[in-house]
Order: sequence, then structure tokens, then C-alpha cells
Amino acid sequence: MSERSTTEWDASGQLEVLTFDIGDERLAIEAVSIREILDLLPETRVPGAAALVASVVNFRGKIIPIADLRVAFGMPIQEATADNRIVVIETELDGEATQIGLRTDKVHEVTILERARSSEPPVLGMRWRRQYVRELVRLAEDVVVIPDLANIFGAVPGAASTLQH
Amino acid sequence: MSGVGEGQDPVAAFRVEAADLLDGTEQALLDLTHDLGSRELIDTVFRGMHTLKGSGAMFGFDALAAFTHHCETAFDRVRKGLAPATQELVAVTLSAMDHMRALVEVQGQASGAGLAAAGIAAAGEAILAQLHAAIGDTAAPPPATTRDAATGNSDGGDAGEAQGGWRIAFRLPADAMANGTNPLILLDELRDLGEAEVVAQTGAIPPLDVLEAQECHLGWEVTLRGPATREAIEDVFIFVMDDMDLRLEPLTAAAPLAPPLPAAAQTPAETPAQTPADRPAQTPAQTLAETGPARAARATGESVRVPAERLDVLMDRVGELVIVQSRLAQLASGGINGPAGELALRSISEEVERLASELRDTTMVLRMVPIATLFGRFRRLVHDLARETGKVIELVTDGESTEIDKTVSERLADPIVHLIRNSCDHGLEPPEERVAAGKPAGGRLRLAAEQAGGEVLITIADDGRGIDRERVRAKAEANGLIQPGQVLADGELLQLIFQPGFSTAAQVTNLSGRGVGMDVVKRTIEALRGTIDVTSQPGRGSVMTLRIPLTLAIIEGLLVRVGEGKYVIPLAAVEECIELSLEDDIRSRGRSMIQLREQLVPFLRLRELFDTGTRPDAFQKIVVIATGGERVGLVVDQIIGSHQTVIKSMSCLHRGIPSFSGATILGDGGVALILDVVQLVALGQQQEERLRAAG
Repeated sequence: MSERSTTEWDASGQLEVLTFDIGDERLAIEAVSIREILDLLPETRVPGAAALVASVVNFRGKIIPIADLRVAFGMPIQEATADNRIVVIETELDGEATQIGLRTDKVHEVTILERARSSEPPVLGMRWRRQYVRELVRLAEDVVVIPDLANIFGAVPGAASTLQH
Repeated sequence: MSGVGEGQDPVAAFRVEAADLLDGTEQALLDLTHDLGSRELIDTVFRGMHTLKGSGAMFGFDALAAFTHHCETAFDRVRKGLAPATQELVAVTLSAMDHMRALVEVQGQASGAGLAAAGIAAAGEAILAQLHAAIGDTAAPPPATTRDAATGNSDGGDAGEAQGGWRIAFRLPADAMANGTNPLILLDELRDLGEAEVVAQTGAIPPLDVLEAQECHLGWEVTLRGPATREAIEDVFIFVMDDMDLRLEPLTAAAPLAPPLPAAAQTPAETPAQTPADRPAQTPAQTLAETGPARAARATGESVRVPAERLDVLMDRVGELVIVQSRLAQLASGGINGPAGELALRSISEEVERLASELRDTTMVLRMVPIATLFGRFRRLVHDLARETGKVIELVTDGESTEIDKTVSERLADPIVHLIRNSCDHGLEPPEERVAAGKPAGGRLRLAAEQAGGEVLITIADDGRGIDRERVRAKAEANGLIQPGQVLADGELLQLIFQPGFSTAAQVTNLSGRGVGMDVVKRTIEALRGTIDVTSQPGRGSVMTLRIPLTLAIIEGLLVRVGEGKYVIPLAAVEECIELSLEDDIRSRGRSMIQLREQLVPFLRLRELFDTGTRPDAFQKIVVIATGGERVGLVVDQIIGSHQTVIKSMSCLHRGIPSFSGATILGDGGVALILDVVQLVALGQQQEERLRAAG
């Protein structure tokens, strides 16, 4: 597993993010990498794909993968609700700008995180792989998680497949 | 007549032109190897060199101009019958062409790039030495570019200079001025060389009523005093030399020319008005004229030349689309009332459908280039290979007008180079061996292209010794690709040559690599969604067949349903669709083979492969697909129909999954995955082998 990515705090130690819920956790992703927030779309399952990115959708004529971060964080999969949204992000994978739709349970707001209120993920006491989390930041009463998308998607087996051959 | 565009870098423009010129000249040289006596070809080569030298010097490519000058001189001698055209000459000129390409490149990177330039200069010297040897003048004479046989005696080593000066008589072709030549400028340049006395010869001027005002009817006689060299004078006429009549005599010879005409005005006033083109502006136009009108539309880099009529067709379709659009707008604003309105809407819908499909076709055609552009490159390759291997190889090409997508054509070049090398190196035998086998001494390599439906078939066939099955088997066993004594069908055995790390060359030559190659060829072809098949008859030769889709962007597909998912099977691979009856389904369980016209065909249940978790439909279908003579049936739940498939690539998170080569968007906005035929057939064959091994 590769090194954890670093967070690009601005000069005044702030970061503009979009916060959303996955299961009972609140996550935050840099606002600059957000492309669009969509209602759920009809998804097409890709047999043989990794469970994290098991399906694709048609996003404005492009075929983009839909990722369910619950798989990465080992949370139970839940039924869709009216609050569910797809957050389309753009990130660099294998040196290639890739758009990915993240399935979220509820999208909250665009807000500012303070570096002063952030901390490294603890070595113990987390239910997730440490490499998948970049930082934990306190925001009001909550703690939001900045996931390490590069590590999460980097772990998807590219060439290897789970298809039974 | 337009010159090179204002904003265009003239050096870049020259480089493109030089590449074209070199290519054209090289083709003529290659033709010359088959017909050494052809005057026309020799002239073509000479003209190519001549233009290259001239425009090279003009754009500051001095090294190129100086080097090309020697080749030009050599071909000038051949042209005049002073030296014979020989295979050696052609061969050395071909290497000179490569050197010229290098010179064009070097000049571009950095003027006077020290070390590289020195190395290239040394290489150039070596080529020139060979060149002089080839035309049989070891003395490397100074440029003996005598323009007219009448002055043949000046062809010696001393012809370069005449101390006293020159008597120059020249007459331009009638259309010289239409082509942008300004005689006044030529005369001015002569005056720059020394004290010049210019006399116009008006004898050829026709009577006024038949006088064509745009043509040049005058000749000039110039007495030039001073130490000018013959070369310097000829340089003045460099762009018009081919068509003009020029006579040069040293003044010291004191032999009067044609009786001098009564002195007239120094430069005739009746010269038709000329565009006041100064020299730099004139040159690009001039060179364009010399290389033909096709060059005017020359493009650089990633552009495509499109015949104008294709754009016209596209424009027509767009026009129709605009009309349909206004009909639709009218209908929408008026409201769709009753059956009449619906009928009108339906007719518009049909119209749009027709236009969309025609637009798609015409737009795709814009990207198509004739495969001749690709095949042209291989002639030189085969020529060089023949020389290197000492074999006699005749290259026959066929179907050069077949069109193929530009991108596909570019990506095909390397694999085909490799296949040709293989045929020349391993396939074709040396002449002695061929004669001993009762075959003509010359080997034959056939390169053919034809269109078959949505695919282009490219075959590379040789009449050599064929693939040695025993050696393939021995090699495969040694490399652990197959078990010793393993039973393989002939086709399977031959397919082994495409395995990574496989090479049957008993001795590695510099031609066909070191066992890397055939697997790379196969991969490249498959990346183009194409296939490669090989057949071979011992002693009779081998045939490689490439099947390449016409374009990368759109295919005809068969839309099927498996469980709840929809999938597209490329129609080109579909052989037939049959029903899998319930009895057959039950009977075949565990064996997964069906009897198809006396043949057992393995099949894959896509429902199981894709793990749909659904129950099979009552009437499942088998879609039989084939590549390279191997067939596999795919069991699907439902065949929906044919589908125009615009291929979209999948993200890198899904690209590694076998079974799918891409995805497409359906009419309802949903996504259907496109099945990878090659992978699925391989999968079916593996399954069959496992079953066979199990007994």
C-alpha cells in the first residue's frame, strides 16, 4: 500500500470541501475535485469488476464507474433512499484524469475545514484501514473524514479480475 | 496561385515539402530498380533532387543543398547517357535519401549542432564516395551540369570557370510568367555577377493578332564579363532550369554564338506586366508550382487531406438537417394535433434517423485514407531486406485503393513491418534453395487489402518454405508452452508463434528481432479490435491475414440480453444464431458442446459467466461467434436486434476486465457492455481443451 496522500491546505490553513454521509460517517472531499452532484442514475453492473466499482453509468455521454465507498470501509450495503446522491469527482488514476461517481447517502454542504482542527488518523481505534484515511477534522460537533481516494482506487485490481475463468 | 500562408513558418513548410519530395523520389528510385532503362523515372529522380537542392538552399539548408547537388549531378550524367543507371547507383542513392532526411532533421533542431553534424557529415562523405564509385568517376568531378549537349566539350574538369566571362543565351518556356518567374529578376541577378550586356531576342514574337499577352516570347543573350563560375550562373536559373533553354559559352572560346541580333532596348518594354514579386515571396510559390497542385493543400502533423467532394456531400446532409429541423420547429409550435400531426412527427423522426445515419457515414469517410499510403512505405523496406539477405524478392501489392481509418492505418504500420520482415527473413528461401526446390529463384511477397463488410482484410503472403511445424513444436515444448507430445490441431500449433517469447529463427538476424515481435504484433492488432490468422503450407509459403475494423469509433453490433444486463456482440464476429432447446440444454449440462452441422462447437453460458443470479429464459439462444476459424457459442437469454454501436472506452478501473472491450450507450440512455470476442473465443477454447483433457 502506498504512502498516504497529503492534503492541500491553502496558505491560511483552510480547505474548501463538500461534506456528505456514507453510512453513519461524515466524509469530506475537496470542492475543487467535485464535478457534479446527481440523483441516482440507472446503473449497469459490470460482471467481473471489483466490488468497490461494480457498475457504470452514462454521465453526459461518458461511461463512468460508480464507486460505493462502503465497500472500502467495510460497512454494510443499504437500500437506496430518496436522499441518495451521486457525487461525481475527478481524480488522477494511473496518471489519467478519471471521473468517478461516488454513491453517497446524503449530501450536506460546501464548507471550510481548518487545518488547526485536523489530526492524523490514529494508529488504533479505527475500524478502517489507515491508508484509506488522509485526515480527521473536527467540524462543529462532528468529526469528518477526508478519505484517501488515490489509495482507495489504487487498490482496485486493474488487470486481475474476480471473474471466474 | 497562392504561396505558403502568411503565418506559416517557411522552414516548417519546407520540411514538409522535403519529406514529400523525398518520398516521391524514393518511389521513383524503387521503380527504377525494376526498369533501369526508364528515362522517365530517371528524369523524375533528377527533378526531385533538383527541386530539393534548390528549395533547400533557399531556406538555408545549405548542407542539404550541397549534398543533394552531388546526387543531382550523378543523375544528370545518367540522364545524358554519360553513365549507366545501375542497381548499385540506385542502392547508394537510396542511402543518400536517408542521409538527406537526416540533414533535413538536423538543420531543424539547432543550427550548427556540433557533434551530430560532424557525424552526419562523415556519413555523407562515405555515401558520396560510394556514389562516385557507382557512376564510375572516381575523381569526384566538380559539378558537370552541362545544360545542353551543344556545349558538350565543356564537360571536363576545367569547366567550372571561365576567366574572361560568359556568353549566356536563354529562352524561358511560354508559361514561365504564369508560373511566377520574373525574367527581369533573372537578368538583375546576372548583372549582380558582373558587368552584363543584355540583348533581347525578339525574333520569336508572333504577329500581334496571335500574340498571347501572358506568354513569354522573348529570348535574351547576355554577355557577362568577370570571374563568375558556371555554377553561379546556373544557380540564377535554378528554378526554371528544367524547362528552359540555356546555353553557356565561355567568352575565351571566342566562338560567336548565333549571329547577334541588332541591338534592341536593354530590357524590352513590352514585357507583360508582372506581379511585383520580390524574390523571397516568389520562391514558395515557385516551389509549389514545381511540385504540383496537390501540394497546395498540403497539411502538417495530424491533419487529414479530404477530397473536396466529400465535404460537399457532408454539406448537403447538413443542409437537409437544417430543413428537417425547421419542419420540426413548425410542428412543435403548431401543436401535434390528432393522427395527422402524429404522422407528420413520425415522418420527421424517420427523416432525422436517415440523416443521422448518413451524416455518420459521411463523417466517418472523412477520416478514411487509401491504404496505398501505408503500402508505399513497405516497398523500400522490401528492397532493403532483399539486399541485406541476398534474396531476390518481388513485392506485389493489390487493393491499394481500399480505404481505412487514418488512425488505424498509422497503428498498422509497425505490425505489418514486422510481418514483412518475418516473411522475408524466415519465409522466403535464398535463391539456391528455391531453385533446388523447383521454385523460381525470386521469392514473391504479396501484400493485399480488400474490404469485407465492416472490416478490411490485409493479407501478407509469401511463397517461401512455410512454417516448420516440427520446429514450432520443438520450440514450444522447450519453452514450456505445451506439454511434450501434446496433441494440437494444426491451427493451434501455428497460433503458438504468437506466444510471448517465441521465435523459430534458428539464427537471430538483425532483421527479425530476437523473439519479441509476433506476440507484440498480435497484441497491437487486437488493440485495434482486429484479429490475425496464419495459414501455412510446407514448401508453398505462409499467409498472414489481418482483419481490421474499418474504424475504431462505430461498429454494427448485435444487442442481446443476459439476465437483466444488455450486451453488444460485434456483428462482424457473429456467424449465426440458433435456439438452445430445453432438451439440448439439459443434455449438454457439464459438457457445454453443441452439434452444429457435423461439428462440435463449445459454448459458454453467459448467465453463469456473468453470475447474473437469474433463472434462464425458457427459450435461450446461442449466438455463434468466430475469429480465426475458431467458433464458440454464447448462450444468451434474448436477442434484441442489431444496434449501431458507438464505442466508448471504460475507465481504468474497468479496463483490465477480460470479456469486455468497451461500452456503449443505448437509446434509453442506459449502458450496454461490448463483449470482447477474441477473449471469449479463447475462453471457450480453453474450456473445450479442459473437457477434452478430462476425457
